[in-house]
Parts: sequence; C-alpha cells; structure tokens
Amino acid sequence: MSAHSTSERPQPLIVGAGPAGIRAAQALVAAGLRPLVVDEAPACGGQIYRQRLVPDGRSSRDLYGSEAAKAEALHRDFAALDGKLDYWPQALLWNLRDGRADIMVAGTSRQVAHDGLILATGATDRTLPIPGWTLPGVFTLGGAQIALKSQGCAIGSRIVFLGSGPLLYLVAWQYMKAGANVAAVLDTAPFAAKFNLLRGLPLFPAIVLRGMRMTAELKLAGIALHYGVGDVRIKGSDKVDAVAWRKDGLEHRLACDGIGYGLALRSETQLADLAGCRFAFNQRDRALLPKHDAAGRTSVPGVYLAGDGAGIAGADAAERAGERAALALLQDRGLPHDPTRAATLEAELARIGRFRDVLEAAFPFPAHWVKNTADATTLCRCEEITAGEVRAAISRFGVHELNRLKAVSRVGMGRCQGRVCGAAAAELLAHETNRGVEAVGRLRSQAPVKPVPLTLALAAQREAAE
Amino acid sequence: MIRRLEVDVAIIGGGLVGSSAALALRGMGFSVALLDKGFCGAQASGVNYGGVRRQGRPIEQLPLSQRAHAVWPRLRALIGIDGEFLRSGHLKLARDEADMASLEAYAEAVAEQGLDLELIGHNGLRERFGWIGAGVVGASFCPGDGHANPRLVATGFAAAARRAGVEVLENTAVEGVTRDGEGFALEAAGNLSLRSRFVINSAGAWAAPFAESFGEPVPLSRIYPSMVVTEPMEQVMSVNIGMEGGGIYTRQVERGNIVVGGERALPLNDPDFSRPRGDGAIAIMNNAAALFPGLRHAQAIRFWSGTEGAMPDKNPVVGPSGTTPGLIHAFGFTGAGFQIAPGVGEVLAEIVRGGETQTPIAAFSIGRFSKISARTGAGSGAGQNQEPHYRGELRP
Repeated sequence: MSAHSTSERPQPLIVGAGPAGIRAAQALVAAGLRPLVVDEAPACGGQIYRQRLVPDGRSSRDLYGSEAAKAEALHRDFAALDGKLDYWPQALLWNLRDGRADIMVAGTSRQVAHDGLILATGATDRTLPIPGWTLPGVFTLGGAQIALKSQGCAIGSRIVFLGSGPLLYLVAWQYMKAGANVAAVLDTAPFAAKFNLLRGLPLFPAIVLRGMRMTAELKLAGIALHYGVGDVRIKGSDKVDAVAWRKDGLEHRLACDGIGYGLALRSETQLADLAGCRFAFNQRDRALLPKHDAAGRTSVPGVYLAGDGAGIAGADAAERAGERAALALLQDRGLPHDPTRAATLEAELARIGRFRDVLEAAFPFPAHWVKNTADATTLCRCEEITAGEVRAAISRFGVHELNRLKAVSRVGMGRCQGRVCGAAAAELLAHETNRGVEAVGRLRSQAPVKPVPLTLALAAQREAAE
Repeated sequence: MIRRLEVDVAIIGGGLVGSSAALALRGMGFSVALLDKGFCGAQASGVNYGGVRRQGRPIEQLPLSQRAHAVWPRLRALIGIDGEFLRSGHLKLARDEADMASLEAYAEAVAEQGLDLELIGHNGLRERFGWIGAGVVGASFCPGDGHANPRLVATGFAAAARRAGVEVLENTAVEGVTRDGEGFALEAAGNLSLRSRFVINSAGAWAAPFAESFGEPVPLSRIYPSMVVTEPMEQVMSVNIGMEGGGIYTRQVERGNIVVGGERALPLNDPDFSRPRGDGAIAIMNNAAALFPGLRHAQAIRFWSGTEGAMPDKNPVVGPSGTTPGLIHAFGFTGAGFQIAPGVGEVLAEIVRGGETQTPIAAFSIGRFSKISARTGAGSGAGQNQEPHYRGELRP
C-alpha cells in the first residue's frame, strides 16, 4: 500500500450477515477495519440462524436444536461489533459495477464505493419441476424452515417432506419436535445411498451420528420414511390435498395439506456475476459457480466469496470461509494477518469439502427426473412456461445454450431471474440437446438482482456509509 | 482438419439484417452461408427495445422503412411465428410547444410518404390516451406502427433460414476475408475455409474492420441502449410510446410487462458486453413512473443492454461496396434497425440477384465516406473480434 492511509480508502463491503458474513466482519474489525455489512433480513444470522421476528417464548434450543450454541455465539459476536462497523439490515444490494454498489434501503438507493468486497450471499433451495409443485401448500424445505423458525408457523396440519439432502431430515425433525403433524418423509434416493454416510464417520462422526439419531427419532415417532420414491405428483385442484409416487413399480398415495420440497441447495451467484467473476463448472453442485481459491479469492482482485454462495458447504464451512476470506482481504491490502490461522481454516474447509462429497453420494440429486417431466408441468413459474413449451422452443429455434433458451422461451426472465427454475431449465436443455449440463451455460445475471420499485429514489449524492 | 465450403453468398453477421437476407436469397435459389461469431440474433437485433416504428425516421429512410412495413404482418408466413408483432400504433409525445412544433414540422415533411400521421392536441390526448399523465401537451400518432419481440424475431429469421437450407454457422467468427479471383475466400473459426461469389457484411457493431480491409474505412462507433422491464401488469398502455427530442420510450408486451428504454448503458471490460448504470436505470424508472400514473406501483425486474453499431449521421450503410465487386455492406443502423431490417434483407437479396434494387438507398452508400483516404490496401484480412479503432484523419 502506498501514500493512502487505510482510513482514506472506501470501506470493505460485506454482503450477507449469515455465518460467513458475521465471521468475515469480525475478522476485519479485529484488524482495525470498519466494514459495511448489508443484509436483506431484519436481523443477523442468515437463513440457518435466522432469528424470530418477535420474542415468542421459544428458546435457542427450540429454534436451532443441536446448533443452538453456534447460533447464539454468532448473534452475540455480531452484536458485540456494534459501533465498530456499519450495518444496514433490510438492505438490498441490487446492482454492482465499477467498484460501486447500488443499495436500496427504505425505498432509497444509495451508491456506495467499496474497497474489498466479500460476497456471503448464501443459497436457496434447488428444485425440479414435478406435477403440482406450484400449488398453494407446497413450500421449499428452506421456506418451511423459515416459517417455523421465524414465525413459529407450520406449513400445514398434515405435512409431507419430500426430496433429497440433509435438510430434508433436519426440517422434518424440527417440525416433529415443534409438535407439527408430519405424515411422512419421502426421500428420492434409495436407502442404499445412505450407506455412503459411513464413509463420513471418520471425518465428522458427530454429524453422522446426529443424522442417524434424527432419523431414528422420526421413526420412533411413527413417521413413515420412504426411500427411492420416483414419479412424484402433488395432487390437488386449488391447493395440495395429497402426494402420489411410485416405488418399486407400485403406486402410493398419501393425503396431506402441506409439502416441504427440496433437492438440496443452490448457490446465490448473481452478485459474483455482476462483479465480473469468472465461473467454472462444479461437479458436486452440478452448477457453474464463481471460481475461487481456497481463501475465497475470485478472478476479480478485491472480490472474495464465502459461504454457500461459493458452492454448497453448509454453515460450519461458512463460518470458516468468512473468516478466511477476511484474512485474504487483509493480506491483499498489505495489513497484518495470521497465516497460521489461515492455514488451519483452509485445512478445516478441505475436510468439510470431503464430507460434502459423502453427503452428495448419500443424498444424490435426481437429475434424471427431467427426461420424464410431463409437457404440461410448469417449469418457470414466474413466466408460467411449461416443460413442453421449453421443449418446443428448443426444437423450433435450435438452441443449445441457456441464455438463448431464455431469449426464445422467457424461461428465467421473470421476477426470480431464474433463481428458482434455472437449474431445472439447464438440466432439461442438457437432456433435450443430448449434452452434459456443464455444456449448456448459465443464465447471465442482470441487475436488479431482485425486483425494485419504479419509484426507487436515488440518494442525492454518492454517500459513504456513515 | 480444414473444413471447406463453397456457396454463392457468404453473410458475415447473423443479426436480423443478415438472417433476413439469407432467407430471401435462399428463396431466390442461392446457396447461402450465414456466419456469426456468437449466436444469431443475440446482439443488437435480439436485445433492442422492439419498436416497429417508421415515425420519426429521417425522410431518406422512409422508402426502405415502408418496404419493411409490408414484411412485418407477413412474419408468420415467412418465419413461422408472428414474433409477437402488434400493430398498436406509435404515439410520439410532446412535452412543450417547441416539441409539438417539431412534430408538426415532421408530419408536414413526410406527408407524401404514407405514414398517415395524426397530430393530437392536449384535449384529444386526454380523451383517447387518458393513462398518460400530466406534462404532455400533445402528440403525433402513427396508427400503422407497432412493436414486436426482438428476441423471437431475430432468432426466428435465422431458424427459418436454417430450415430453408441456409448453412447457419454459429460461434464461427470470420477471421479473414479476401477477394480471390472471381469471388471471395473466407477463413473462419473452427478451421473453416469458405469460398463464395458474394459477401454481405452485416456484422453490426463489428462490421468496420471488414469494410476497412477492403479500403472502405467507416466511422462506426458503438452505442449501448439501456432497458428496464417491469413485472407483468394489467393493461396500462395501448400503444408504443416515444418522446420528441429523446427521453424514454416504452411499450407494454402482450404478457403485460412494460419495457422502458432510455439513457445509455456502459460497456464492461469486454466491450462486447454492456450493462445499464444503476443511476441511469433509476432515471428511466422514475421518468416512466412520473409519466404514467399506472406505473407508480410497478416493480422493475430486469435491466439489459446491448451493443449497437452507430454512424455519426445516424443513417446506416446499405449497398454495394465502392471498391470491391460482389461485396455488399449493411450495418450501422444506430439504434433504429429493428423495424427496417427485414426490408434491408430483401434489398440485399435483390442487389445480389440483379445488381440493383428499386428501393432508393443512395443516401446509405458507403461512398459518402469516400473522401476519407483509405490507407489499408484492399483485400487484406480483418479480424471480426478486433476492436475497431479510427485515426483522427479518417473521420468524414
């Protein structure tokens, strides 16, 4: 660094106040920097450690189960940073370019220059379209968890959880513990896939055992666990009233009025894209993701990734990746940093990465579903495009790249900008054109990353964060 | 391994101009290769605003524009889809008396051109277009104009050309083109070696190096229009809207989304890509919300931009090369190419077939820049991905 003292430079900007963002902020503050943390939620914690909206008598243990101590530590540590950083809750960073961020707070957009950008944008649920998935009463697993955690609501009075991934069992268990009526858990993977978890025992025995305990408690509570379910159809005319599936050639049907559905998670990468980061295919997540090194450095100097937004690795990894990215930022600014700590964090992240491979084998993504997706099934719910319309567009226009498919079919063009349907559209396009999903590309992100009002006011001048 | 191909006509650039020319030429029986460095219709032709508008064009463009006007209602027969073309009418708003006076002057100047313009005063506007807010004193209405979906039309022409037997070669950048004996030799990405009797340079914002390599440097620059689209709304506006003297332009698509353009975007590090500026997008959004009360509670869901080739006199280059027989140029539409392009395609095909066209295009001759001394010898190769650069003395 040269003539400029640190205080003359713009603040580092951290996007997201979940486990990654909190740990990143903490490390930057510890080094004497004053970051700006922006987050869409009203309170810190991210999705996994989301806080309830109003005190309702539930304890941390009620809300976060075995992870209560971690949640409390994060909330407490972030609160302790008060006064040493700038924190904008309920703030939407909707555009990034040329080293400046456009951030909407209470209907006004401020343009903020930043020096060092840590993107801790997290993840949302990944789904594939199945008949009835847009019916009222169907929630993603993450959505079902938010309803419970944040508002103390259950998504139905007789609930089925459906899909794949560790969250499937966790949410089912949390609902059961909260006293909700869980009718069944439908796992898209065969039971045999779960034997892969044994390979995870030497890596993280406590996590594997906890998962087994949850499964056992679900069974003890009389909740049916079905493995290897396929051809799933959600039934109902104006809301969910049942779910049907096939297993081993036999038809099954179960009445329910709420469904939590998800096929693991997908990274939120729009801001990394707007920041100009290069992307590469990640086999484990079956997605094109922003490239980063073990420290979280992207292809763009000064832009760092941490947490699930960089590839799905879970909350424990997010805490470590947040701190690691902050250390990288300090190092790149020529500030004192702790290389031993950095090496420890990287080793722990690598270990979690190996465990993620195990989890992926135990909870495989049913990519093969798209070949049987019925033409009448809605694929893009924002724009109301069916799988059949997508197939017709692919053949009429001869497209084999995802942005071209978007251009000619409107898939991924609506309010969610493909965050909900993009993975499914990529899988379907890959299948229809007989290519690998890595070959069809990814939807290029455009601002605004989420809808903004036309009357959005522009703050009078570029403001620093104070 | 070198792949060889021999065709009557090689077209560089698979935008709406190139692909509509390809389709027309195929209809005349020519063999055609349509080459694009990326995907056909993915640049300016596919990401523009979508206005199908004659009103407001310079008078010298109107014969060509009228020719294109006849093509638009025939899209379904021509390319198998209607491209969401709506003959809604185009209403150009005046914010003050000076604007109104210039609308009146334009209407008088083009009275013989068949646009059927109707000047509407303040009261008429309130009666017929009550959804327009205060601050507009009058307007000029062109009932035969409209709008369409550029994403579908541009791609649709290329797809129809492919079905008609055109060799459509995407992701095939032309790396060099030379005049060679009776025809042309083109080298393209993927070890493609192509021979043709004719070459059409319809490479849009990337066209200048090809022209220059044949001794015809042109002052082609780039503009980056800036677009905002809202979520789907109930019907708010019934016509395609423009404003005298610039400002915003807006239309509502069949699905209900409202597209609003205005301002200029900025290129990214790779100048082939651009994105709107945040403050520019906000200005567009605020202007739209102020002008149309029905949009006050709308949400913007997406911005976009694109790369368009622009000429200093705002007229395109359309017509035969002045230096090289068999070479025909068509580029530089300066943000107003969408409506006119299908007409240009027909004209280009006629020039290939008979060396001339009945549609007057003299104003678009590349010769209007010929006082520029060409430093580059004719026939040297041009790189399509090469950034165009102009020396000061080359400006007309």
